[in-house]
Amino acid sequence: MTSSVDLDQQEWRRTARDFFAAKSPEAAVRRLAATPEGYDPEVWRQLSDQLGLQGLIIPEEYGGSGFGLVELGVVLEEMGRNLFCGPFLSSAVIAATALLRSADEDAKARYLPGIAEGTTIATLAFGERSAHRNPPRISTRAETRGSGWRLWGEERFVGDGHIADLLLVVAAVDGSPGLFAVEGTAAELGRVPIATMDQTQRAAHIGLTGAPAARIDEIDVGAMLLRVQSIAAACIAAGHVGGMQQALDLAVEYATVRVQYGRPIGSFQAIKHRCADMLVALETSRAVAAQALAAIDREDPALDELASLALVRASEAYLKVAGDSIQIHGGIGVTWEHPLHFHFKRVKASASPWGSLAEHRARITEAIGI
Amino acid sequence: MSLVDLDLTAEDRAFQDEVRAWLEEHLVGEFAEHRGIGGIADDDGWEVRQRWDQELARDGWLAIGWPQEYGGRGATLSQEIIFHLEYARSNAPYRAGGNGQDLLGPMLLLCGSDEQKLRFLPPIASAREYWCQGFSEPNAGSDLANIQTRAKLDGDHWVINGQKIWTSLAHRADFIYVLTRTDPDSARHRGLSMLIVSVDQPGIDVRPIRNISGGAEFAEVFLTDARTPVDMVIGEVNAGWKVAMATLGIERGADLLPHLLTFDREMQSVIELARRRGALSDPWIRVGIADAWIGLQVLHAVTLRTVSSLMHGAAPGAEGSISKLFASEWHQRLGELAMDIAGEQGQVVGPGYELDPFQRIFLDSRSETIYGGSSEIQRNILSERVLGLPREPRPTSTKEPTSA
Repeated sequence: MTSSVDLDQQEWRRTARDFFAAKSPEAAVRRLAATPEGYDPEVWRQLSDQLGLQGLIIPEEYGGSGFGLVELGVVLEEMGRNLFCGPFLSSAVIAATALLRSADEDAKARYLPGIAEGTTIATLAFGERSAHRNPPRISTRAETRGSGWRLWGEERFVGDGHIADLLLVVAAVDGSPGLFAVEGTAAELGRVPIATMDQTQRAAHIGLTGAPAARIDEIDVGAMLLRVQSIAAACIAAGHVGGMQQALDLAVEYATVRVQYGRPIGSFQAIKHRCADMLVALETSRAVAAQALAAIDREDPALDELASLALVRASEAYLKVAGDSIQIHGGIGVTWEHPLHFHFKRVKASASPWGSLAEHRARITEAIGI
Repeated sequence: MSLVDLDLTAEDRAFQDEVRAWLEEHLVGEFAEHRGIGGIADDDGWEVRQRWDQELARDGWLAIGWPQEYGGRGATLSQEIIFHLEYARSNAPYRAGGNGQDLLGPMLLLCGSDEQKLRFLPPIASAREYWCQGFSEPNAGSDLANIQTRAKLDGDHWVINGQKIWTSLAHRADFIYVLTRTDPDSARHRGLSMLIVSVDQPGIDVRPIRNISGGAEFAEVFLTDARTPVDMVIGEVNAGWKVAMATLGIERGADLLPHLLTFDREMQSVIELARRRGALSDPWIRVGIADAWIGLQVLHAVTLRTVSSLMHGAAPGAEGSISKLFASEWHQRLGELAMDIAGEQGQVVGPGYELDPFQRIFLDSRSETIYGGSSEIQRNILSERVLGLPREPRPTSTKEPTSA
């Protein structure tokens, strides 16, 4: 039988781990959580200059390095472990994937190199979100005015919409969906940053009042959105695995040093068994997240349901692990100064734009034909 | 449903074809009529399963991982995995001699003397002798080191006294391997030995215990001056704990994937039950089915990772506890879901307390979180050996209580 364990991947993991441990320590997360932008432009540059991460899954012809989601998953896991703050998923994964699904070579050559380099922060706005197969309800309309297209509408909860240089917007053209690119500098573009519980990931409401737009041609928008949702689900699951690992590590460390009744609390089965269950939650999530990423890379016919089940499993597991870690920490676990609350808050914030767990379960029941 | 899929080499594929062809040709007649019958600790269809074992043995399929001199084929781990996978796919009857083939045999290969291997392995590989395992005692369950059965030398024989319990298929076995205290002054895991004992002797009394589903497939085994020759010790005298632990390590591995195929079939049958009962419009049932399906896919993913790392030469580690914990608890939920779907009709049993497959899952799965190391023991293993949490403080005295 052939090896599926790639040694290079272990090297890659070490590189990513060292980078995010150094560039996204808790102090940095706390500092960025308190800024309006919520990310560090200098670290964002280093992400590109030192590791080329923004171009990881973009093909070489557009300035990237053409790796798959399996290699990306390693990065997302380390980001999740270190609560990395920045528009990585929105720009380097979601927006890049949206563009790559089109056959419009002009548009891809125009936008992808900047995204790959990190000099363009892009995001995708696609109306009312749903994880169902049906296309989401489009809330923006596009009309031709003179020589070009203009967009009107409101896009709510756009990931990293407060800082995006480029907005890819799904808008209705005579009732059917089209994909449009809007420059972040457009005067007819309004942004309202949203104050959210999770301060490590940001979003904004976007208003479009006749903003000039370039149409991206040769794209099946419905199929693109479905794929983007599956990729988002699998990528979020991968990030959750890193976050869970960190929350479990913190719990084990604390249970080993915290003494009550004259012995470390980690020697009590009430604590030990909780930690064992956290480990099961983590490892089962790790397995399904890896399975989903690999399935997308090889275009497995079952990739949508594998992505949905990875998100359901990893979301429930992360919530449990972060919550249990707080419980094991006792009082200190529910303080602002302890980092666990960032993990706990991330779980629900991450998944909500990509469909509720109920909606992902609905995708699964559909896939199994009931 | 996703199917188990492994990266196979050309040689592996050729072997897979050979296994498939053999099964297709031989799984006919009464064997085909008894597809899926039996289990590791269950003697349904015992006679037909014995004949099936003999059918397999005739062409050398019973113990393929063993060296040829003992009746095996010297198969690689990949081949063993493929064989068990194809076997499970064919839904052939459960092998009658699983205990000897899967547990005692590998233990003898690992720790037994050449004489023991030559005497005992070939009759297992040819389905002529059957075995059972004498580990648990009334006061040695999860705390297995608290063994109180004792053996002392009388000339050239060991004389054994004590009681074993939860011994699966003891009433079908020719031999029992007994973990027993051979150093009377020892405590806990020191001073134990693994003895091979013939069941067919006046000193051994097998009393069946009726289990939760009404069958009597495990038993109490009373040893009253039972005798066995002095050279029937597996491994060193007083080193039986090491031998027992080596066996527990063997219990996880090549048999992981076949379980998944059984689970796949059961999952499908629960969905079919829901369809027949018109329960698919019930939102709670839908959530239950979705969660069961998610759990099953999780199990597939975790198991494939484990099997793949085993095939790449990794030693079976404490991570096996993750699969065991997750699978056993998942199986219980599946049984509960099936009962919810089946409704009142699902409560009806046949003559002689005959159960349908869903009732079997519901009831039999309760034992899966208990045998082979209870869920609590699995959680201890994970927290202590994987996470490195401090061990439970031991009682100050290590001396065993003398009364049972």
